[in-house]
Amino acid sequence: MNKFDLRLARPYAPQQFAMLNELYRDVQREALRLRVNGEDVEILVPVHKTLLEVLREDMGLTGTKHGCELGECGTCTVLVDGRPQLSCLLLPIQLGRNEITTVEGLGGTAQLTPLQQAFAELGAAQCGYCTPAMLLAATSLLRQEPKPTRQTIREALAGNLCRCTGYVKIVEAVELAAERTRHG
Amino acid sequence: MLVAGGTDLYPKLKRRQFDPDTLIGLSGLEELRRVTGDARSGLRLGALVTLAEAAEHSALVQAHPGYAEAAGLVSSPPLRNVGTIGGNLCVDTRCNYYDMTYEWRESVGFCLKKDGDICLVAPGSPRCWAISSSDTAPVAIALGATVTLVGPEGERELPVSAPYRDDGIEYLAKRPFEVLVSLRLPPTDGVRTAYAKLRRRGSIDFPIAGAGVALKTDGHCVEWARLVMSGVGSHPVEAPAAGEFLAGKQLTAEVIAAAAELAAKPAKPLDNADLNHFWRKRMVRVLVEQALERAATQDQGVLGRG
Amino acid sequence: MAERQELKVVGRPLPRVDAAAKVTGVAVYADDLHLPRMLHCRILRSPHPHARIVSVDATAARRIPGVKAVLTGQDLPIRFGILPVSQDERALESEKVRYVGDPVAAVAAVEEEIAEAALRSIRVEYELLQPVMSIEEALQEPPDEPIHDRAYTRQPANLHRRVNYEFGDLEAGFAAADHVREDVFFFQGNTHLPMEQHSAVATYVDGRLTLWSSTQVVHYVHRTLAKVLELPMNRVRVIGAVHGGGFGGKTDPFSHEIVVARLAMVTGRPVKCTLTREEVFYAHRGRHPVMMWVRTGVTRGGRITGQHWRTALDGGAYGSYGAASVFYTGTLQTVTYDIPAYKFEGVRVFTNKAPCGPKRGHGTPQPRFALELHLEKIAVDLGLDPVELKRQNFVKPFTRSVNWLRVTSCGLEECTEKVLAASGYRRRERRPGRGMGFAVSAYMSGAGTAIYWNDMPHSEVNLKVDRTGVTAFCGAMEIGQGSDSVLALVVAEELGIGPGEVRLTTADTDLTPVDLGSYSSRVTFMAGNAALEAARRMRLLLVEAVAEKMGVRGDLSEIEVGDGRVGDFSFEEACELATARFGALSSTGSYTPPRMGGPFKGSGVGPSPAYSYSACVLALEADARTGLVRVERVWIAHDVGRAINPLLVAGQVEGSVYMGLGEALMEEQAYRKGRHKWPSMLEYKSPTFVDMPEVETFIVETIDPEGPYGAKEAGQGPLLPVIPALNAALHDALGIWIDEVPVTPEKVLRALEAKSKGQPPRHGPKGFPAVDYGAPIRVEPPDPRDMRVGEELEAAFREAEGRRLC
Repeated sequence: MNKFDLRLARPYAPQQFAMLNELYRDVQREALRLRVNGEDVEILVPVHKTLLEVLREDMGLTGTKHGCELGECGTCTVLVDGRPQLSCLLLPIQLGRNEITTVEGLGGTAQLTPLQQAFAELGAAQCGYCTPAMLLAATSLLRQEPKPTRQTIREALAGNLCRCTGYVKIVEAVELAAERTRHG
Repeated sequence: MLVAGGTDLYPKLKRRQFDPDTLIGLSGLEELRRVTGDARSGLRLGALVTLAEAAEHSALVQAHPGYAEAAGLVSSPPLRNVGTIGGNLCVDTRCNYYDMTYEWRESVGFCLKKDGDICLVAPGSPRCWAISSSDTAPVAIALGATVTLVGPEGERELPVSAPYRDDGIEYLAKRPFEVLVSLRLPPTDGVRTAYAKLRRRGSIDFPIAGAGVALKTDGHCVEWARLVMSGVGSHPVEAPAAGEFLAGKQLTAEVIAAAAELAAKPAKPLDNADLNHFWRKRMVRVLVEQALERAATQDQGVLGRG
Repeated sequence: MAERQELKVVGRPLPRVDAAAKVTGVAVYADDLHLPRMLHCRILRSPHPHARIVSVDATAARRIPGVKAVLTGQDLPIRFGILPVSQDERALESEKVRYVGDPVAAVAAVEEEIAEAALRSIRVEYELLQPVMSIEEALQEPPDEPIHDRAYTRQPANLHRRVNYEFGDLEAGFAAADHVREDVFFFQGNTHLPMEQHSAVATYVDGRLTLWSSTQVVHYVHRTLAKVLELPMNRVRVIGAVHGGGFGGKTDPFSHEIVVARLAMVTGRPVKCTLTREEVFYAHRGRHPVMMWVRTGVTRGGRITGQHWRTALDGGAYGSYGAASVFYTGTLQTVTYDIPAYKFEGVRVFTNKAPCGPKRGHGTPQPRFALELHLEKIAVDLGLDPVELKRQNFVKPFTRSVNWLRVTSCGLEECTEKVLAASGYRRRERRPGRGMGFAVSAYMSGAGTAIYWNDMPHSEVNLKVDRTGVTAFCGAMEIGQGSDSVLALVVAEELGIGPGEVRLTTADTDLTPVDLGSYSSRVTFMAGNAALEAARRMRLLLVEAVAEKMGVRGDLSEIEVGDGRVGDFSFEEACELATARFGALSSTGSYTPPRMGGPFKGSGVGPSPAYSYSACVLALEADARTGLVRVERVWIAHDVGRAINPLLVAGQVEGSVYMGLGEALMEEQAYRKGRHKWPSMLEYKSPTFVDMPEVETFIVETIDPEGPYGAKEAGQGPLLPVIPALNAALHDALGIWIDEVPVTPEKVLRALEAKSKGQPPRHGPKGFPAVDYGAPIRVEPPDPRDMRVGEELEAAFREAEGRRLC
């Protein structure tokens, strides 16, 4: 649980635990309106809760995964105004009006996006755990750079770790999706 | 405690390396997000300009490619989309006895920098040896850039190098409640910059050594040069001897090698970052050479490359 | 039923059956589960590498509002472990802790933060013991007490397991040699680093326990829960959640799985525990650090006459798979090279580190690295081409090795040809700083002997067919490698339908028959064969019903099955006809490997129904000034027998290359001051996109006679040759040997320095510690042409006097 825990930032002596419920009630909560996948969502969250936690725990958007919760693996990538950012290091209170996109905001099973289609066809997802993050980072890349070179793809996705694929099929899938988007 | 992008601070809060009562987010300050000016007049970067924006900003890339390159080498793409240039200048010093979870630090025994009273890297040392890990500070300092700080006592502009202290804990001498609001880079005026970074992987990693260079030539010879290193001390380490040596000389391979030798002398890597510190010490010379070579060849044709 | 020639779906590069779920984010992994009234669990772990527990006081934790239950070691006293011979772990320790991270207490609370806070209020008093942090220290008598009781280990010092075998006449082997060479090597430990943190959720309803877990082995978790919680197995259900990466790291039953189960029983509420990334480093079970000594005799022409190995494994704090791992460091050398006399001595020691276990290649990447490099050195000694030296010693297909391993299909030659041709290895430019290296390897397609010795199948498949279609049930666990897709493809192929028409229920112990799990590269071979049998039986029922309707008698082979049709009828009609004819339709299939091991104790580790083969060429650039190495390109050929899905095979091969490169260059489970040096994804270095070279993959098909459609394994073998190929390439580039993994730039510079001083141009261990391996078990080698297995082999053993069947 690499979580923010501002109210418990200092280790408490045992006698202080009696006060924990009090502390808990004192947690500052904010009513926020977030725009996620094109929908406005109103939520009441403790100010120290990360976007990752809010998405997964409060909004049921469990497509966003986590591998470290410390900004070291890229697995929790979401798009904020179209750019990949790490949801484990974002506080919703700092986001406000930004447009947040998670993997659930790409195509659904009924209508895959070209990237999702290419990932599926080429076997770019094995265990699939890093896949949502890869898709989002690649989506952002192709919007900015419809004809990326291999090197550009590698550099754009270099904040996202994968342990299954050796990245080979992911790079190929991004290339395929780029080509199809250009010619389709 | 102030927070801009939070890419460095938030993991540290989760690992209980800081325990502030209050966090003050700066992200609402729209005016700190702007880049103004150009290569001719100099550029002013608001502290909240993201590292990605700085790396891609065309006027900045043109004016001071070494600085833009350094910004583009920080961490990884998603973190550069959030991390700011102000944050990177103020980034906390690092140490692999310190950048660990509370439980890990408790298990090994807390260190000077947080919750403890000894330095685990150099147990006899009265000071903390955490490492300055900013990629952008070396080039900014080499360029002679300035920062503007705003606090209750008003605004002050000072050289980028001024706030840094050679101390792993008090590495940044800001006054209480002072906020770094902008970075001013001088006009290009023929100045060339370059940055070379050492890290194990091609992405994500902090510098375990880095060299920033700014220099100006008269077409043949170096008029002035400044070299600053990252990752080799608790502050960005300047190498004035190397700069003085370069003045008046042509940037031949021999001259570059000799300058790098001089520059590497003050670098003191310790065993608190990735890879072996003796090797890192040896690499400083290579990095300085690389940075000098790149600065020298930015403009094809004029400088000696023999 | 005759093997049909033309395959419809097998062999085609089809998308995985779970592709859509994975690319849309709807796949539900263990930590994605959220059940009503669910509690969150955190586990208190030891801050000390080695200590006795004097007392645990959880009174304060129990008083915290929101805390629903606290467990300490007394609540879970029964020991467990993946191997029956190594029942040495407890879900929560009550007597002593053996590494930083050893679980001591657990809390279930309404919020994860409250559970975490409660942990900090638990007072544990420890009496510190001297930690043992290296193989050398573990070989000495400890100053205070051994890590584990002598009553359990029955070994001196901190030894866990010793093995000592001599196959054939080693002395004669060395006597026949023109040249004898000795080398020492060290392979540092590393970890799996799956992207998904381990996670488990338990419920306890109506006296029945259900556990969802990110495990590779639902069956062994099932066994362990039943044992530790003292429940009959029919009261325990284990379900494999969608799995976020294992690589061997989720092949043991874990403390947190048992703890959430007990907490669910105590509280009557669902309980979840998701490990933090730091805890994943402590769960570990990763690659053993291994010291190796090898001595080989060769003729002038390079033919191996004898080989002698000594290995020492740093096992960490617990047994895990270690009793098998130590065998694996000495067993599979003989399935790539024909070695007429072979001796192997191995020891595994306990140290106060996170326990080691199986990681991709289990126990074999270390000796493979040493062996390939050792042969390179011999080639240099003799002035021979290393490829040709290796090649003349390659095992031949359908032979039996000196240590009784039966080799069937073997594509070593074809793999070698492919990578040599594609890489231009022979025509490579000789320039300082650039080099190419070549290596080969082999791996098992599942272990021939199960963890629990019994006569039951290793894999079972049930097939249900009714008017709504086909469902396959199997205990096999999809961990990303594509086992679900393999099952669907096999069933679809036999029933002549599309793989999308096969519904799958896998890895659910209430619903699916037993499969032993996703480890030792066994699933395609074993579950594939079980599925094949079940599907062929079902096919026969459909054909019989259709034949009757069509009035065909006698030879049923004219009833064609394929393209959604059975004879004159659609598949759906055939299902209805068969249901009407036979009643409820189901068929079963199972796979039990034949007995293959030799007539000696310990022969159970190593035999596999088939071995995969790989060959690799790696090209790199190395900078003599910095010691930095940049891998430019990897060519890899893998003999997979048959690629049931070439897309998935290529994915496994590429992933193996990647993981091999990570191990060769950067990955390191390092310790300092008694604890993991860097339990984080930032400091434990794994290669990123920009660190990965281009990979050219060649799939070689040798059509194994016993694999499903001829298939063998794909997921582990291709990792093995990558590491020695890199070190060989480094020698090619700079004329130095790095006899240690990982290859860091500093080590390269040290070797270059030694070279410039006229010393041996190497960096690596100076020697090998003195180990008393005990007396060897001497085994007479088999006739290399003896391919008998099972009953036939057993009968032969019974006949031969003085030989004992094991």
